[in-house]
Amino acid sequence: MNNKTKTNTYINPYLGGALLGIVLFLAFFITGNGLGASGAINRVMVAVVKLFASEHVDTVGYLANLGGGNSDTLANSGVAMLFGTLFGGFASGLFHRRLKVELRKGPSISPTTRIIMAIIGGIIMGYGARLARGCTSGQALSGGAVLSVGSFAFMFSIFIGAYALAYFVRKLWN
Amino acid sequence: MAPFEISTLTGSLPYYLIFLFIGIAFGAVLEMSGFGDSRKLAAQFYLKDLTVLKVMFTAIVVAAVLIFTSSAFGLLDFSRLWVNPTYLMPGIIGGLIMGVGFIVGGFCPGTSAVAAATLKLDGIAFVIGVGLGTLLFGETAGLLGGARFATFGGRYTLDELFNLPIGVVVVLLVIMALMMFWAAELAEKHFGRGQKISLKGLLPSNRKYITAASALVVVAFMVAVIGQPKPLDNWKKLFTAAATSLDNREPYIHPAEVVEWRQDDTVYVRVLDVRTERDFNQFHLQGAINISLDILKDKSYLKMLKTVPDNMLTFVVSNDETWAAAGWKQLVGAGFKNVYIIDGGINNWLKVYPTDPCIASPITKGNLKDEQLAYRFQKAIGDNCYSSHPEVKTKKSPTECDWKENPKLKEAHNDAVIREIPFDVDRKITFERKVKMQKNKSMAGGCG
Repeated sequence: MNNKTKTNTYINPYLGGALLGIVLFLAFFITGNGLGASGAINRVMVAVVKLFASEHVDTVGYLANLGGGNSDTLANSGVAMLFGTLFGGFASGLFHRRLKVELRKGPSISPTTRIIMAIIGGIIMGYGARLARGCTSGQALSGGAVLSVGSFAFMFSIFIGAYALAYFVRKLWN
Repeated sequence: MAPFEISTLTGSLPYYLIFLFIGIAFGAVLEMSGFGDSRKLAAQFYLKDLTVLKVMFTAIVVAAVLIFTSSAFGLLDFSRLWVNPTYLMPGIIGGLIMGVGFIVGGFCPGTSAVAAATLKLDGIAFVIGVGLGTLLFGETAGLLGGARFATFGGRYTLDELFNLPIGVVVVLLVIMALMMFWAAELAEKHFGRGQKISLKGLLPSNRKYITAASALVVVAFMVAVIGQPKPLDNWKKLFTAAATSLDNREPYIHPAEVVEWRQDDTVYVRVLDVRTERDFNQFHLQGAINISLDILKDKSYLKMLKTVPDNMLTFVVSNDETWAAAGWKQLVGAGFKNVYIIDGGINNWLKVYPTDPCIASPITKGNLKDEQLAYRFQKAIGDNCYSSHPEVKTKKSPTECDWKENPKLKEAHNDAVIREIPFDVDRKITFERKVKMQKNKSMAGGCG
């Protein structure tokens, strides 16, 4: 697997942060809300489950809130934003010639391990995000910009959790 | 004044397009910053590449400075921005769990979406994982029970935590971010590139960075000095366009419409009665809360009053209209939604829904002052009469007029038409319906 990426074509992080800050500000300015992703992914999943097992969605409280009965799970501003995020990422990748089917991983593990760990990491992340009522985009970035106490506590918790475990999973990346 | 009332557009194409375009900008910036690459993201936690820290905190600080600068200039109403409610323990525990997920999987939900969009296989795997994880949460949320809602702090911002003005908090945030960036540059140099750090190397030397950082600090200082608008200033701005709203009688609601809303199961009706305690005890609407206009100026009390569901409808009432209008202005200026005034106040209410004449009779002699209760009550009945709750359609009135014992009352009682309730409860009252319920937010939280 090719592990090289055109890292020298990424923009300066401070510039990226400033641009992101402007986007975040515009989101608040126009809509009164910040950015987000995990809620929308949640909804898409519920919509998928609904295709196969709609009675189940109706009976489990948390899921019913999102897609029970006749409610249109996907007709939601967050979902629109998620599709935009996907498209924006794609367009930028296309424009900068970074669109490549590849797998990013540490040199000492196999691709299969990486995929499995990505899925496991995703599951953990998805669960934690619903418990914390947000992910880094929603809780940390958006909540941070409006000085929410809970968001800062949340942000520091993510960093602590990741740094604490980093040594033990170093083989995954180094 | 921003933010704009886009909730009125909910469900329409322009509504979704707005969020779509914001998302596009979001995804593009993330990709351009390298956030689609899990190795780059994971490198944060080995101090080799601190892009994530730099991007995140720059974004937060830039957005905060922009938000509070616009607010200071009256262009943006901060009180109407969605601030994630603080649930401290779920937030901390959820955050720790997410930290584990981040270092194991190499992404967070937003970045994995970008990675998936640029065809990274691990990104796609991660997104699927996130979906499964959220489903797992959904299935097991019941097991957590009330713990999920523990330590609720509501809308709790740093200025409230440290008891400092917002402008000062923003300046401190900027300074903290700049110090973290300085440390990050050093860490990257040492852990990432394996370079030694000399004493000279401790000082930031990049001219562009120093200029940008200084500019940010200067703007933050400016914002702190200008300060944030007070609720009463907000009211003036909020209603500059509809300054005649009060003059046009828009917020004044006929008692019969109030009664209709009280019958509506889908809406919570709250009545804030700003009269004196004495008048309140004479007669008030059932369920009304007696608050003085002074308490309505208290910030923390206002915040408590404001933390209500979207379907809460508030009516402010006084004997006439002057005090109620003052209270209404206070609430509207503090960003309250769905607040109205009862037209004509209690004095009018008792005209539309009179009590038994020997319980209360209109004061006919002498000049009535503004905000004086225009009825003389034989005793303080509080809410113990039909007029307090005309929405409950019953033909019986709980009050007893002790006219049999009291000769003075006998005359008044005999003069009146003897009925259980002094008017026909089924009569049709014509009035203009004016209440329009507004929703507070379009998303239930930044992440839906």
